Amino acid sequence: MSVSDAVSTPWRRASLAAAVFAVDPLGSGLLVRAGAGPARDELMTRVAGALAPMRLSRAPADIADDRLIGGLDVAATLRAGKPIAETGVLAASHGGVIAMAMAERISVGVAARLSQALDSGEVALQRDGLSAILPARVGVIALDEGQEDEATPAALAERLGFWIDLEHVGWRDIEPPALTPEDFEAARKLLPSVESDDKVIEILVATAFQFGVDSPRGVLFALRAARALAALRGETKVERDDIELAATLVLGPRATRMPAPPEDQESEEPPPPPPEEETPPDEPPEQKGEDNTPRELEEQILEAVRAALPPGLLAALAAGAPRNRRSSAKDGKSGEEIYSLQRGRPLDARPGSLSKGRLALVATLRAAAPWRKLRLKPEEQNSRRVIVKPEDFRIRRHRQKKGATTIFVVDASGSLAMTRLAEVKGAIEMLLADCYARRDNIALVAFRGRAGEIVLPPTRSTARAKRALTGLPGGGGTPVAAGLDVAAAVADQARRKGQTPLIVLMTDGRANICRDGGSGRPRAMEDAIDAAKRIAAAQFSVLCIDTTQGGGSGPDAPVRQLAGAMLGRYVKLPRADAAVINAVVRGALPQ
Amino acid sequence: MVNPFPFSAIVGQDDMRLAFMIAATDPSVGGVLAFGDRGTGKSTAVRALAALLPKIKVVSGCPYNCAPDKQAKLCGACNGGGKQKTEMRSAPVVDLPLGATEDRVVGALNLERALAAGEKHFEPGLLARANRGFLYIDEVNLLEDHLVDLLLDVAASGVNLVEREGLSLSHPARFVLIGSGNPEEGELRPQMLDRFGLALEVRTPQDVPTRMEVIRRRDAYDRDPEAFHKQWAGAEKKLRTKITHARERVADVEVPDSVLERATRLCLTLGSDGLRGELTLIRAARAYAALEDVKVVGDAELKRIAPMVLSHRLRRNPLDDSGSSTRVARAVEEVFAK
Repeated sequence: MSVSDAVSTPWRRASLAAAVFAVDPLGSGLLVRAGAGPARDELMTRVAGALAPMRLSRAPADIADDRLIGGLDVAATLRAGKPIAETGVLAASHGGVIAMAMAERISVGVAARLSQALDSGEVALQRDGLSAILPARVGVIALDEGQEDEATPAALAERLGFWIDLEHVGWRDIEPPALTPEDFEAARKLLPSVESDDKVIEILVATAFQFGVDSPRGVLFALRAARALAALRGETKVERDDIELAATLVLGPRATRMPAPPEDQESEEPPPPPPEEETPPDEPPEQKGEDNTPRELEEQILEAVRAALPPGLLAALAAGAPRNRRSSAKDGKSGEEIYSLQRGRPLDARPGSLSKGRLALVATLRAAAPWRKLRLKPEEQNSRRVIVKPEDFRIRRHRQKKGATTIFVVDASGSLAMTRLAEVKGAIEMLLADCYARRDNIALVAFRGRAGEIVLPPTRSTARAKRALTGLPGGGGTPVAAGLDVAAAVADQARRKGQTPLIVLMTDGRANICRDGGSGRPRAMEDAIDAAKRIAAAQFSVLCIDTTQGGGSGPDAPVRQLAGAMLGRYVKLPRADAAVINAVVRGALPQ
Repeated sequence: MVNPFPFSAIVGQDDMRLAFMIAATDPSVGGVLAFGDRGTGKSTAVRALAALLPKIKVVSGCPYNCAPDKQAKLCGACNGGGKQKTEMRSAPVVDLPLGATEDRVVGALNLERALAAGEKHFEPGLLARANRGFLYIDEVNLLEDHLVDLLLDVAASGVNLVEREGLSLSHPARFVLIGSGNPEEGELRPQMLDRFGLALEVRTPQDVPTRMEVIRRRDAYDRDPEAFHKQWAGAEKKLRTKITHARERVADVEVPDSVLERATRLCLTLGSDGLRGELTLIRAARAYAALEDVKVVGDAELKRIAPMVLSHRLRRNPLDDSGSSTRVARAVEEVFAK
């Protein structure tokens, strides 16, 4: 199979990536983006087979620290009369691979712990009176079933060598395996003696640079992949084809921009659609090899990577969409989870009765332990029993403080859009500056033209807010209804996460675009009122800021009508500046 | 961890390396916060630092690394009087991992002795181990709130007060706080930010030759850590000597009034609160001068370290889009133009 054939379909790319991973899995990983289905099952079966005799274990995305890192094994401790540690998944998987199901649900906290193990090959256990550094050289497979915005946290994804997309691969696309378990064992044995010269690094760094892959980890993974590919061929020297495949498998999916076209080509046309079409048949790749100057070689590899880019990614890059945005969007989302309500802020276990909360077992035992000998009857002195008395009971406490999510719904239409947006931006940053302590999130929905758009998904990060808010476009029609619908969806999501949403609508209320995209004021206003009523029905808190210049604020004012329909508060601020908006919104936040 | 990546082999990232060297020269500068892109060697640098720190002299067997010559700071255990034996120990660089529980950070009842013998015995925690050394928190912005509160308190007072499980004691806990993280994953609390003397933004190098060198070295290290270490042993030794010498010299470095004035003016221009900014400016400039073997701090030294001392102390100005380092650079221009 020629080089371009080997990666010509998503399934081939995926199975080759999985194979290369299996040769050198520790300290690396696979990010598999796909729903559960035959393609994913088949891939995982093959990975498990290829990894053998290394172990492949599974862990849930919401794994708690005592399972991930380890802690005190209370039962064993009591039995033994001395502290016995329970090994966490990381240490238990030393020398093997952990598959994380529902990776899109992994919190930044869990991602950070996995990342540290991937980086250092160790796990630091500092829990429950135990202190140890345990070896934990592992590989991680993230099974990401995320829809749209949901994705594996970027910090973890960055440390997984291969990103595989099986989203549109069905069982028909599956091809029989080309390699046997023995091939993998042999390749693993051969790997340490595989050599690569400096030119390989040069080409990979240049390719990564062209595709906007900034972190050195991308290149390091590509380099490892090139060596593993050589080992799979049974060779000890990295060849041109290995570099090309490694770049395609590792760097391609990480691309954040399209490389600048070389000057001598007048290619203004959009980048070629993925491979199947035409790989120059007249020129077998083997012959391109050795005699080429590094520069030419580099061009060829760029072309190869470009040709195998997944279609979705290609479209995103062509549209100039900053891809980091997607990956960081979910960071923010998972960031909330760490502090989310299901857990709340853990407080120290306190003495208390069991009717008031869950028993904190370790703390309770700690309380009882010192008195053990004293409480035992003289004839029981040799027993291992620990007598726990009611006064030893410690209960877990969580601070269940509900955070708020303030959703700005801003009219970005018309001539005043730019000033209004600038002020909202200021207000958002002021609120964010203050929201750390409050655990509040801020989101921004802008509506203009024909649609409403989530410019900033709920976040607490000023860094992200700043990036999202720069270069926000303004002008065009006023689709109030569309804006409110999007806001309602964001509010609904926030509520599901246990946050209290507050919708802040800023507009002059002159709706002129209907839900179906048609224009016409009366119908557009009808739609807007309808959207407003739905918000009222969902019982979201609402603040309406009327930015109309001049004119009345009486019952006829359109924004007043909207506020009425949403059962929300109404404020008229024709010349609102950031500080005033900030103050008004803060006043409206739930206490 | 047997052989961490050598500090001297880190490519580029001059600011980060300088900040760590300054903190190693004069711990009173305060901690270092390295915030920025993934894969820029933040953690690598911290772990590498441990190998460069001069050894410290401690009372034998003291779990808190008490120095024998400083009576005032002796812990309860060493304070018992009599002549103390001493020993040399590596300066501690202690990891505070995410997921650590409070009892391990502060210290708590020794469970083993309590269970087996029914004795109340204090088991010192990470704060005790970090005394007179460095406490490193990777992903510091993800640290749980109750641990942050605790650290804020100890970092300010230099004393760890333990009141739990019927234990009541205190011990010295002076350490240099080192934090790293990626701001996109969550903001750092302002109070915490303030505990760091130096802060820097770490960016991925944007030129191909530098990137190639990064890859080359990292790859060489990954393939054969021991050989790589041998190769860099000379450079490491030089750096270690540099820090040792700088420590000896730092007390004698002069800071003329004119430099003091500039430092003050710089802080005023930027509106940074309190005196901490000025103090850190002077201390960091002095440490930098000592590292460079300069006897009198001049404008050059002040200019070099000003961004890392001041960029995180600016009052947030929501309507000013320029990054904090640009603002500091502007203020430096302004002040030094006069």
